[in-house]
Amino acid sequence: MLARDVLTGTHFTQGDFACAEGAIAAGCRFFAGYPITPATEVAERMARRLPEVGGVYLQMEDEIGSVAAMIGASYGGVKSMTATSGPGFSLMQENIGLAAMTETPIVIVDVMRGGPSTGQPTKTGQQDVMQAKWGSHGDYEIIALAPSSVQETFDLTVRAFNLAEKYRVPVFVMLDEIVGHMRERLIIPSPDRIEIVNRKKPTVPPGQYNPFQPDEDLVPPMATFGEGYRFYATGLTHDETGHPQTDSAEEQSKLVRRLCDKIRVNRDSIVQVKKLLLEDADVCVVAYGSVARSAMAAVTRARQRGVKAGFLGLTTLWPFPDKEIEAIADKVDRIVVAEMNYGQIVREVERRFDYRRITFASKLGEDPQTPDEILNYIVRERK
Amino acid sequence: MIQETHPLERFTRKGMIPHIWCAGCGNGVILSELLRALVELKIDLNKVAVVSGIGCIGRISGYVNLDGFHTTHGRAIAFAVGLKAARPDIKVIVVSGDGDLFAIGGNHFIHAARRNIDMTVICSNNFNYGMTGGQAGPTTMPDNRTTTTPYGNIEHPFNLVHLAAGSGAVYVARWTTAHVRRIRESIKTALTKKGFTFVEIISPCPEQYGRRNRMGEPIDQFNWLREKSVVQHFSDPVKAEVGPNKVVVGEFVDIEKPEYTESLRRQMMTVQGTLEKEGRLTSAPL
Repeated sequence: MLARDVLTGTHFTQGDFACAEGAIAAGCRFFAGYPITPATEVAERMARRLPEVGGVYLQMEDEIGSVAAMIGASYGGVKSMTATSGPGFSLMQENIGLAAMTETPIVIVDVMRGGPSTGQPTKTGQQDVMQAKWGSHGDYEIIALAPSSVQETFDLTVRAFNLAEKYRVPVFVMLDEIVGHMRERLIIPSPDRIEIVNRKKPTVPPGQYNPFQPDEDLVPPMATFGEGYRFYATGLTHDETGHPQTDSAEEQSKLVRRLCDKIRVNRDSIVQVKKLLLEDADVCVVAYGSVARSAMAAVTRARQRGVKAGFLGLTTLWPFPDKEIEAIADKVDRIVVAEMNYGQIVREVERRFDYRRITFASKLGEDPQTPDEILNYIVRERK
Repeated sequence: MIQETHPLERFTRKGMIPHIWCAGCGNGVILSELLRALVELKIDLNKVAVVSGIGCIGRISGYVNLDGFHTTHGRAIAFAVGLKAARPDIKVIVVSGDGDLFAIGGNHFIHAARRNIDMTVICSNNFNYGMTGGQAGPTTMPDNRTTTTPYGNIEHPFNLVHLAAGSGAVYVARWTTAHVRRIRESIKTALTKKGFTFVEIISPCPEQYGRRNRMGEPIDQFNWLREKSVVQHFSDPVKAEVGPNKVVVGEFVDIEKPEYTESLRRQMMTVQGTLEKEGRLTSAPL
């Protein structure tokens, strides 16, 4: 990557563009996608920028093909991304399973809008967060990140590529429409200050390479097509050599457990949260994405009224920050979960915190929760 | 001296053979002729990837001792498009079945052909979904019986060479597994030609399709393909029928037009050259 590929400097731009620039800074040189509101600006930016930096923008015939093409490019050794929204995210689930099964590093941006189905394409939502975790069939683990500002969109897109490469797993950047279209300051650092992680390559010669034999971290080194390794990958259950194992209970158990465990055992180095005024808080607001911005403002206003409120922001949605919820469970009296859906992440909080002491601040459609709306939930529960 | 090993054995993946295909199936012919074509062309086998979808022939990407990827059902071409666009130095070959390529994967086929992206798609057309037990598909012949057309097929089948030609493929051929040398020559032509090339190979499925349609023993089905085939090179693909009394085979299309990955690289060079000349980092500052 050339230094001039990264647009170092201070800018005023939207989240979708910050996402595209983050991808390019992370080394992404392949984008396959299909137009969809409100993610189209990511594709448009990539279509203009990728040829400038020697990358490929490919407009596919649908979102199913987009993920298949990304897996192809990634097996060709090129960091790959797509961007979509709800309906496209649904179509992608099939090959997200294939990427999980074949341990393919890919990054999928989902700029969430109102669902189900075509829903409200231009309005924001946070209704895809459970789909991100459970969308494809079978047991597998993925990583999902949720930025709440334009700057964080850039930073977390870079991180998404690093995590995808490190763990050979699909990583989702779960923007919501507000973060995607919001314009604010973005500082792009110089390339030498951007951490880049590349996938582990095999250290053995082709004859000795087993494409799915993991190292101690449970992640197998990844060869690239066209390098002479002549290896085989399949969506069928397979052993460490990559050969199909369609009957063996032992191989099925071994593979599925490893695909999940490589993320579960490494969760401490993956999970990130934001904390504000939590030390002495009686009530904690849990939020992510654009709602986190209102939640932080609400907590500040509550403090001005003498209410001991704090904030826990979920930068990582999956693997879920369960330990971080548990860490505050004995300290706070109540938790307010604010999200733009009818009950998704709140269920995960309920698994770690007494549901009778949880207030669910749900909002659907149109504008996001305002600080005052969330403040009302904070204050109301004190009565 | 007696040779103990098959001359193609070193081109197959250790531990993957014997294959899963039934006795009398045509897929073995496709596998061996693909390998022979690659060997005769002296292509660098480290730079070849075989991509397949789901179904009996889908296992072929594991049988060849090359880079291989066995995708989800219908998505082999979409995977191949991404691989080829990202890595134009790799020769990309898709081998899959009629149901995989033309029912669930039909959209990817027509769009890859429309783009004229450099790859060779080989379709093993056996008129039904063999692996799942013989259900009707997009090429099932009229009135034929399958497990899901127990009273006879009332749908119209795709004419694959017509579809490929209409979608923009630059080379289109059809043979049957009774045309062993012709298959090899067509695959060699397809692999050598720049652009989206398509070879349909009609392949008997005695176990699932032949049995339900009283097509006789495997040898009878082989003889049907041998005796009823008529070579009509460069005839109108619209009229290239496939039926019990006539199977039109041959090369139907061999044309030239700009190839996708070359156009892509050319455009990239122009864009970068313009930036260089203007001394700018990007044409679209944030």
